[in-house]
Amino acid sequence: MRINLVQLFEESAKKFPEKTAVIDKDRTVPFADLRQKAMLTGMRIAQLGIPQNKPIGVFLDKSVESVYADLGILYAGDFYMNLDIKTPAERIKNIIQLVEPAAIISTQVQIKSIAAVIPDSVKLILLEETEDYMDIDQLMLSGRRNTVIDTDPSCIINTSGSTGTPKGVVLNHKSFFDFIDWSLETFGFGEDLVMGSLSPIVFDIYSFELCMLMAKASTLVVLPAHLAAFPAKILEVLEKHQVNFLFWVPTIMVNIANMDLLSAFRLPSLRTVWFAGEVFPTKQFNYWHHHLPKVTFANLYGPIEITLDCTYYIINKEIPDEEPLPIGYPCRNTDILILDDEDKAVSEPGVEGELCVRGTSLAMGYYNNPEKTAAAFVQNPLNKAYPELIYRTGDIVCLNDEGLIMFKGRKDNIVKHMGYRTDLGEIEHVIINTLKLVKNGCIVYNQAEKQITLFYEAPEEIPVPQFRMEIGKVLPKYMIPTVYHRLEQLQRNTNGKIDRLYYKKEVNK
Amino acid sequence: MKEKIIEILKTIRPEYDFSGDEDFIEAGMLDSYDIVTLVTNMEITFNFRIDGTDVVPENFGSVDSIAALLEKYGVH
Repeated sequence: MRINLVQLFEESAKKFPEKTAVIDKDRTVPFADLRQKAMLTGMRIAQLGIPQNKPIGVFLDKSVESVYADLGILYAGDFYMNLDIKTPAERIKNIIQLVEPAAIISTQVQIKSIAAVIPDSVKLILLEETEDYMDIDQLMLSGRRNTVIDTDPSCIINTSGSTGTPKGVVLNHKSFFDFIDWSLETFGFGEDLVMGSLSPIVFDIYSFELCMLMAKASTLVVLPAHLAAFPAKILEVLEKHQVNFLFWVPTIMVNIANMDLLSAFRLPSLRTVWFAGEVFPTKQFNYWHHHLPKVTFANLYGPIEITLDCTYYIINKEIPDEEPLPIGYPCRNTDILILDDEDKAVSEPGVEGELCVRGTSLAMGYYNNPEKTAAAFVQNPLNKAYPELIYRTGDIVCLNDEGLIMFKGRKDNIVKHMGYRTDLGEIEHVIINTLKLVKNGCIVYNQAEKQITLFYEAPEEIPVPQFRMEIGKVLPKYMIPTVYHRLEQLQRNTNGKIDRLYYKKEVNK
Repeated sequence: MKEKIIEILKTIRPEYDFSGDEDFIEAGMLDSYDIVTLVTNMEITFNFRIDGTDVVPENFGSVDSIAALLEKYGVH
């Protein structure tokens, strides 16, 4: 039976021991070595007396080591929660308090920045202290995994929440099997995939890349995070390692188009490009499409709560610059419901409703957060006969005349910014309540310039550097507002509340 | 011009001293978000457009290298 993702990796590692699993700068790791290192990490977890089916944090920069750690955790029958080493310690503290991981895997150097916020109950596994000659007890490790079932978690992925503490989405093994199966069936990937991995380890895209490494012995090429600002360097690395598959967020692809870099880099090995996470402006997409006519491009859509993505559209015709790209059709074994305000199904073209998802892909919920879980994972209103959960995405969509799903916007205050799902309410909460920098304020998003914009009330202008420095102590960088406007008095609506809609329209004029 | 560059850098990362001789990229003083902000700010301030092939770490490691890049585009 297929229960644990490690089974896929065991098969791949046995079939292709010499094949390259990970390329990280000048280091290449074959599958046999990766298996060895992952099992060593699993042994360390077991030796600390940590039972299976527990969350374990990974506080490492993206590297061969982070791959050892994630796979090692799965080998031990536990589940990983990757943490961003650039996230302020304060936020990491909130996450640790909420999830209470059994241990954190890190290095002596990297752990320093959060050492002060880790409680004694959390054990530390520092990679320098792992001894290569340690005996690996494979029977013991597989025994631990044998009690894990396919609806047990494989990982927790954190996402922005309006209260200042992220929500930990719990994803199980089964839902990843489901997405892997869909992608293999739809795209027919063989065992020669070379993936240009650009996503931070906290993204679901990275977890999918690990899945492909396990399932199809794909090679993962780590594209160093510090190169993200230098697309020309990234493209150079892609050509050097003959990368043939990309799964990226549009932000960097838009930069590459705006810089006209595909005239200089022809990417001859590239065969498939997936993008997801935010709207890809059609003009910049067409730049890619025209420059790489032999490449298959697919627009994927889905919040993390349904494991990667739930709809897709393979672009195989010309789409005019001024028309948005469809998010397409449901992935197989996933059902999409479009529900109106009265929870009735919408089926006529052009009528808007909330996109809701039904299927194996649904997450188990938010870790240690029953209220938020109950609000988003609800009984299917169209099924009165037996219990069946759907996930309410909060995304507004409609069908076009061809029956394709089109993304229209959000019900709430969430935006996609630089690939990260960002709750603008969380930034407001931090500025007003946590840091008390201003008494009243309102955050809106400028879609054209991709800017988080703060309007605030204050008797005098607060210097921007001061804002940035204070907010940067609590929130990760991508959440720090880019533009600041001081006002004597913010516009109110008839209820006396700050008129968010007014400012939203102001910046998007 | 160098003062102007330092001024722009200071608005992006107020916590750092950009007059030293550390390499901004290697020292982690500027990350990818900062570079995008820096390029945009410079393009607006000096009214020109930087070619994508010039957005490479070598051109952003120090005030001198940024100044040299600007000079290449005829910005003085």
